[in-house]
Amino acid sequence: MKSVKHKILVLSGKGGVGKSTFSAHLAHGLAEDENTQVALLDIDICGPSIPKIMGLEGEQVHQSGSGWSPVFLEDNLGVMSVGFLLSSPDDAVIWRGPKKNGMIKQFLRDVDWGEVDYLIVDTPPGTSDEHLSAVQYLAAAHIDGAVIITTPQEVSLQDVRKEISFCRKVKLPVLGVVENMTSFVCPKCQKESQIFPPTTGGAEVMCQDLQVPLLGRVPLDPRIGKSCDKGQSFFVEAPDSPATVAYRSIIQRIQDFCSLRQPKGEDHVSS
Amino acid sequence: MEEVPHDCPGTGSAQAGRGASCQGCPNQRLCASGAGAAPDPAIEEIKEKMKSVKHKILVLSGKGGVGKSTFSAHLAHGLAEDENTQVALLDIDICGPSIPKIMGLEGEQVHQSGSGWSPVFLEDNLGVMSVGFLLSSPDDAVIWRGPKKNGMIKQFLRDVDWGEVDYLIVDTPPGTSDEHLSAVQYLAAAHIDGAVIITTPQEVSLQDVRKEISFCRKVKLPVLGVVENMTSFVCPKCQKESQIFPPTTGGAEVMCQDLQVPLLGRVPLDPRIGIQDFCSLRQPKGEDHVSS
Repeated sequence: MKSVKHKILVLSGKGGVGKSTFSAHLAHGLAEDENTQVALLDIDICGPSIPKIMGLEGEQVHQSGSGWSPVFLEDNLGVMSVGFLLSSPDDAVIWRGPKKNGMIKQFLRDVDWGEVDYLIVDTPPGTSDEHLSAVQYLAAAHIDGAVIITTPQEVSLQDVRKEISFCRKVKLPVLGVVENMTSFVCPKCQKESQIFPPTTGGAEVMCQDLQVPLLGRVPLDPRIGKSCDKGQSFFVEAPDSPATVAYRSIIQRIQDFCSLRQPKGEDHVSS
Repeated sequence: MEEVPHDCPGTGSAQAGRGASCQGCPNQRLCASGAGAAPDPAIEEIKEKMKSVKHKILVLSGKGGVGKSTFSAHLAHGLAEDENTQVALLDIDICGPSIPKIMGLEGEQVHQSGSGWSPVFLEDNLGVMSVGFLLSSPDDAVIWRGPKKNGMIKQFLRDVDWGEVDYLIVDTPPGTSDEHLSAVQYLAAAHIDGAVIITTPQEVSLQDVRKEISFCRKVKLPVLGVVENMTSFVCPKCQKESQIFPPTTGGAEVMCQDLQVPLLGRVPLDPRIGIQDFCSLRQPKGEDHVSS
């Protein structure tokens, strides 16, 4: 990991809130600068969504003398996922914890990323093997922190508070929280509906309570789902969407946070 | 449950007790003796326990956030509307147990008696069990590796005193890992009626759901059918129907045709589903998909 400047984990206690969607677009956003080397690692072993969302389904991983080669979407954007190791995208990976941990260790140890500015690690929902392993294996290499994804409703926030609790227990800094699916604007009449109502104040109140930054709130946009299914960047497909604007602002905040840090293991300056 | 090394080859493996990562593990001698490969006696105990349970249904999805717990809760509510039907709802999502909140039972505690753990009863005929009831606070994180989660699931299946039950509904976390394997293995001797699989319309979900169906086939778990949630949203102002999660590959309907599994129904988005006042709302949304 010495060749990797910044490491960011994308977490959520809750499933289906948009972790992989966010990880993919964080990667796309950072890689828009050709001089920034970005690596996206998918450690969701059972439900690896990154290959599809990045439009890289069917790609294969190659081994060389220096380790496994990631799949490069662009010269400066490499991706690794168990999805690339399957014969078919519908193959189920039915592994218990220890075997999943072994895979994650291999991903972190054996992939030849090269010189990387940002390593983004997409995770499955929960606070279990994958999350413990990622933190433990990266313990000696410094992780900048975690971005936590949620949706507005209390059923999600409850799981997300657990995730924040996990971060605090393993001393993983929380860069901030992203609230996805905040609202939906009807394309016909422009009425804004809260499909997942923030009955307890949404991420904003939770962030105040737990004293973590709210990085931003992203509205629902059907074009996001469509882009993910097609493996295209949402920023390209819908550059004018309020969701794109929200994502870009969040990515900038993450970059700002990371740039305050001194890489190579020095203590980070709190923003 | 003792922690095992994270490189554990698995207690059933040929390397059990013999691998390099086994050094120092508290179970090393046990595994090396071959005891780990013997069938777990709990399986027989659970078979006995399950004799008083007529029907067992697993609610699964490869994908997170598609509405498994919402569906499990409403399946329980729907079945329990008949006072003569005894319903049990078991939440085996150890890291993210949503069932207590969705059922309006947060803060309830589990009691132990001579005949085992008592479930929390929402109604006389609707009992619920979740790790959520064992936490001091709903925000406490359960940060357990697989073996410890498996132990909890075994206890839930073996030690909870459900009484005579017509339907046991088992709500699961997303994925095809420890919890799912354990549920199927521990219930192996007791007959599971089948699995209801939940999805949303977009391909990113369907991809994970196909893996779940593949899992079911591998472990010979019948698939009762698929429920497609969040099919569409009707604007309350102008009634325009929007597909927020577009079915770019034909949604659950096409997947079900391809895989020859029944499509049990499709449920639209309704913000009222997300509101936590379930205790007072009591008209479960999507009830019509319980019967096909």
